Amino acid sequence: MSFNLTLLTQMLAFAAFILFTVKVVWPYLLRAIEQRQKTIADGLAAAERGRQDLESAGKRSAEMMVEAKQQVQDTLSQADKRGAQIVDEAKGVAKTEGDRLVAAAKAEIEQEVARAKEALREQVAALAIAGAEKILRREVDARAHADLLAQLKQELR
Amino acid sequence: MAAGKELNPSDYIQHHLTFFRAPVGEGDFWTLHVDTVVTSVLLGFIGLGFIWWVVRGATSGVPDKRQAFVELLIEFVDEQVKGIFHHGDRNRFIAPAALTVFVWVTLMNAMDFLPVDWVAGALGLVGLHEWRPVPTADVNATFALSVSVLLLSLYFAIAAKGFGGWVHEMFCAPFGANPLLWPANLLFNLVEYVSKTLSHAMRLFGNIYAGEILFFLLWLWAATGVAGSFFGFWFGLGWAIFHILIVLLQAYIFMMLTIVYISMAHEHH
Repeated sequence: MSFNLTLLTQMLAFAAFILFTVKVVWPYLLRAIEQRQKTIADGLAAAERGRQDLESAGKRSAEMMVEAKQQVQDTLSQADKRGAQIVDEAKGVAKTEGDRLVAAAKAEIEQEVARAKEALREQVAALAIAGAEKILRREVDARAHADLLAQLKQELR
Repeated sequence: MAAGKELNPSDYIQHHLTFFRAPVGEGDFWTLHVDTVVTSVLLGFIGLGFIWWVVRGATSGVPDKRQAFVELLIEFVDEQVKGIFHHGDRNRFIAPAALTVFVWVTLMNAMDFLPVDWVAGALGLVGLHEWRPVPTADVNATFALSVSVLLLSLYFAIAAKGFGGWVHEMFCAPFGANPLLWPANLLFNLVEYVSKTLSHAMRLFGNIYAGEILFFLLWLWAATGVAGSFFGFWFGLGWAIFHILIVLLQAYIFMMLTIVYISMAHEHH
């Protein structure tokens, strides 16, 4: 065992190497590792955010489904109601129209009946007069009994 | 050791245990183990340079295999630091320092795996006849590390508690603040500092040096004949595999102790 200048030289070399590692080697690696850790953390956070987004989107879509169903239901029932209303209205209109037609027909019929009665009465009167004239021709002067005949005609009317 | 030359075991071992010395000045101290310094600095450049090269292009996205390996290594070190050090931002100093220690010591220890005679042969071709390739089998290298750690722990102790606080602790912990106990406290603390540093360095040095010597003995055996080669090969293989554990374990222990000592320096008593 002999100590000599080698000891000091080696100490210097050691110091230089430590300095090199402290100043040059370590920071590079530390930076890379820290960056990677940050990247990983960011990725995890992004994944978590994506998961939450997905969850909320699912929730929202379910809500929208419920809403849409409700809307369809509403529309359907509204349409039903409207349809029933239209049918009712149509029924009402048809009924009034029918009533009106019936009333008009009745009126016409009555008119016809009245006209027929009139014609019939006219003919009956004419027949009666004719009958009476035939009877009276022999013994009644038509001219003398004209007043009577006119009166009879009037009565028959 | 070229074949044909007569093989003398003690010469062989002596040869492989001789440093490449370069005298710088007068006296025993002023020599430099060129092999230790060059090998260790080269390994530091290779190891930390590799890591630097990988992390410089590090992506925060999906890492390729190379980056994943470096990240694994760094996370392993960071985990250990995280478990021990609770005195502030570990990224500022202690974690990168621990990484430096682990990578560097592992690589220096791993030089034990190189077949020592091939290294000697190759270097002999270029005229370097004395070259010890394992820096951590040189006490200068291990003590350089442990003394540096001692200085760091002193620095952090004073930085954390202030100079007055540190001196107070030197005299008043662990036995108590009674002035009669001051010498005992001081002695205790000094012994603690010295023993920490000694054991820190000697543990690593002893393990790696012993591993190296055992390889030398096995290769010596291998040079004695066919049977020696056979057993030398198999025992060498077994020892090398076991040595993988020792190399990594010692580097790990050295790193852990470095973290522990620096963390302890931050603690108040």
